[in-house]
Amino acid sequence: MIIAILAIATLALAFGLLLGFSSIRFHVEGDPIVDKIDALLPQTQCGQCGHPGCRPYAESIANGEDSINKCPPGGEATMIALADLLGVDPVPMDGEAAVEKPKAVAVIDEQECIGCTLCIQACPVDAILGAAKQMHTVIGNECTGCELCLPPCPVECIHMEPLKVDTSNWKWPFPNNASPELVNAGDARHA
Amino acid sequence: MHKATSVSNRKLFHFHGGLHLPDNKSQSTGDPVRKAPIPARLIVPLQQHIGEIAEPLVTVGERVLKGQLIARAQGYISAPVHAPTSGTVADIAEHLIPHPSGLTGLCVVIDSDCRDEWIDLPEPLTSYHNSDPAELRERIRQSGIVGLGGAAFPTSVKINPGPETWIKTLIINGAECEPYITCDDMLMREHPQRIISGIEILMHLLKPERVLVGIEDNKPEAIGAMREAAASSGLTGLEVVPIPTLYPSGGEKQLIRVLTGKEVPSGAIPAKIGIVCHNVGTAAAIADAVLEGKPLISRLVTVTGEGVKTPANFEVLIGTPARNLIELAGDYTSKISKLILGGPMMGFTLNDDAAPITKAANCLLAASGHEAPDPGPATPCIRCGQCAAVCPVNLLPQQMYWYARAKDLEKTQEYHLFDCIECGCCSHVCPAHIPLVQYYRYAKTESWAQEQEKQKAEQARKRHEVRVARLERLEAERQAKLRMKKEALAKKPAAKKSNDADGADPKKAAIEAAMKRAAEKKAKLTEQGVAPQNTENLTPAQQAKIDQAETRRKASHSATTVTDTTESQDG
Ligand code: SF4
Ligand code: SF4
Ligand code: SF4
Repeated sequence: MIIAILAIATLALAFGLLLGFSSIRFHVEGDPIVDKIDALLPQTQCGQCGHPGCRPYAESIANGEDSINKCPPGGEATMIALADLLGVDPVPMDGEAAVEKPKAVAVIDEQECIGCTLCIQACPVDAILGAAKQMHTVIGNECTGCELCLPPCPVECIHMEPLKVDTSNWKWPFPNNASPELVNAGDARHA
Repeated sequence: MHKATSVSNRKLFHFHGGLHLPDNKSQSTGDPVRKAPIPARLIVPLQQHIGEIAEPLVTVGERVLKGQLIARAQGYISAPVHAPTSGTVADIAEHLIPHPSGLTGLCVVIDSDCRDEWIDLPEPLTSYHNSDPAELRERIRQSGIVGLGGAAFPTSVKINPGPETWIKTLIINGAECEPYITCDDMLMREHPQRIISGIEILMHLLKPERVLVGIEDNKPEAIGAMREAAASSGLTGLEVVPIPTLYPSGGEKQLIRVLTGKEVPSGAIPAKIGIVCHNVGTAAAIADAVLEGKPLISRLVTVTGEGVKTPANFEVLIGTPARNLIELAGDYTSKISKLILGGPMMGFTLNDDAAPITKAANCLLAASGHEAPDPGPATPCIRCGQCAAVCPVNLLPQQMYWYARAKDLEKTQEYHLFDCIECGCCSHVCPAHIPLVQYYRYAKTESWAQEQEKQKAEQARKRHEVRVARLERLEAERQAKLRMKKEALAKKPAAKKSNDADGADPKKAAIEAAMKRAAEKKAKLTEQGVAPQNTENLTPAQQAKIDQAETRRKASHSATTVTDTTESQDG
């Protein structure tokens, strides 16, 4: 009896120590849930969600201050991914986020650009090159299509161009000639 | 699954599933291969291979010769493009290309001058046995050779497995398992010698222990011709192996399974298990490149189906419009329903026959309504499991379909979506007519796109973080400057006050002090060596220090010491 109690006590102590040790050893720094949410956001940094960038929106979702349906560039796919991650029910997209826009990048009309640098200051990802009184240009590969550079331009020489579909980024369409409902084996028809 | 069949004396293996399909090959094998005439205008796409698009080297209006390099490979996984005949570059522009999307691609358009004049070709490497494998590989790379079985993967990459990989078995794919297609069959019948020469070169490059040429047993003429050529070559370790006709035994991993009994692991290439597989057409192209210096500018194409009058095989210059071949085959019949590039199982519909023949185009199937029937409206899946029974990769097509339908891409990948070879067996047998392969293709391209988007988002996040950090740093610097200015402002009035008390203008005083110092310095320099006299009432200790300093100064003849001493006393 005493041996049994001792054995159990020793085991309890050992596991207690192990747990205590691992909680210190494997302590996770920072706020992992914010990182996880941020990883799902499209990083367009456009501010359309009402926050100054994706991470602030992630923080606000994590704190339960904002809902998951505010990001237009991410669209429904992002909303569903967020719902999945947070274990909440999907909600319909909010207001203007409901309309999906085709992906586009900003293009500066280099003839008209006056080199005012205002767009450079607006770009959240430093995707615009140029210097004062020099022509500016957008690095197409880095542009997230956030449209933040459009309003500051005093001569309105920036416009959005939809991304071109070519054979390298073309996608097979979702089959449209088939929309049978998933059925249970029980009500299967004989073909 | 491990049941052995004895078609030859070699033990063969089975892959899972597969289909016995009516082969429909005899329609196009009646006549020998004909050379298609040079078209008036050739449209040569710069992307005919997997990998980076080739970069054009010619300009509009330039005259090019047959075999001239017109676009060079960009990057390791890429292939150069050569002019298929002599003529003038009419345009370098977007043109309709054979692609399931029906989109355009960058092409070099050449107006032929009908002279078919060759450029000076590189020296034939007939005695390649003594030459460096690297030189051979370079020749094959420069010749623009890609896998001619349909995948169009650059051959130069496949023949360079790296020093750690030892290729034990070289497999030559002459299975040609898809119905209707006969171009490999005809090549083996008519040019077995070229294929064997190519195999010999590959053997020199890869040093395999054995070479197995797999040919489906519905091609007895090809098997006979290849056996004869193999025997007369005297190559050891080379064996022509007839295999049972079963679609898709010509799939790379399926053929490997049949011939060696080995499974290529999921997601890996055959080189991982010491096997490399090349198509018979590729082997012949390698022979042409090495032994004659000729780049890849033509290929055999089967034109067949009830939709053309006289099905046949043609040797076609790359860039020849599909339309020309249809005319050579006696033009369309009234039965034509759709034009398919490739076979009925894995091919795709060509909506416009203005699209050119590329290195990957093995067959034009002008199908009648009965040859390529519309599957009809899909009905709900009845979970019959037939799709899983025929899948040669042993996947669960029904499950993949359900997840693809629900757009749950992660789940489809858990069911090994990317191992699917899109052979079409599952769709073929599905009693509910569900276009299963279409779902997998959708899920594959969608997964790639999402993966790319993720990477782009990651890059944008980093750039944004860097920008935020920079702005913060600039702000901090600005604040610091502001603080310093404020402090300086706070000090200045104080200094003014103390000077005011002395009753002198601080600027003037400073200037006077400086002038005084300068004058003193000058005086001292003229005296040179005389102890400074502007000190009075020194304590003995101070005097001793000064004396010490003097001796040091004298010892070093340094004028600066003098200045230093003076200034320290001034201050
Ligand atoms: S709307 Fe979406 S992409 Fe734009 S900043 Fe907010 S989270 Fe980022
Ligand atoms: S063959 Fe078609 S109906 Fe049968 S289980 Fe597969 S998908 Fe469902
Ligand atoms: S298409 Fe894919 S899932 Fe269907 S049978 Fe072929 S390999 Fe299997």
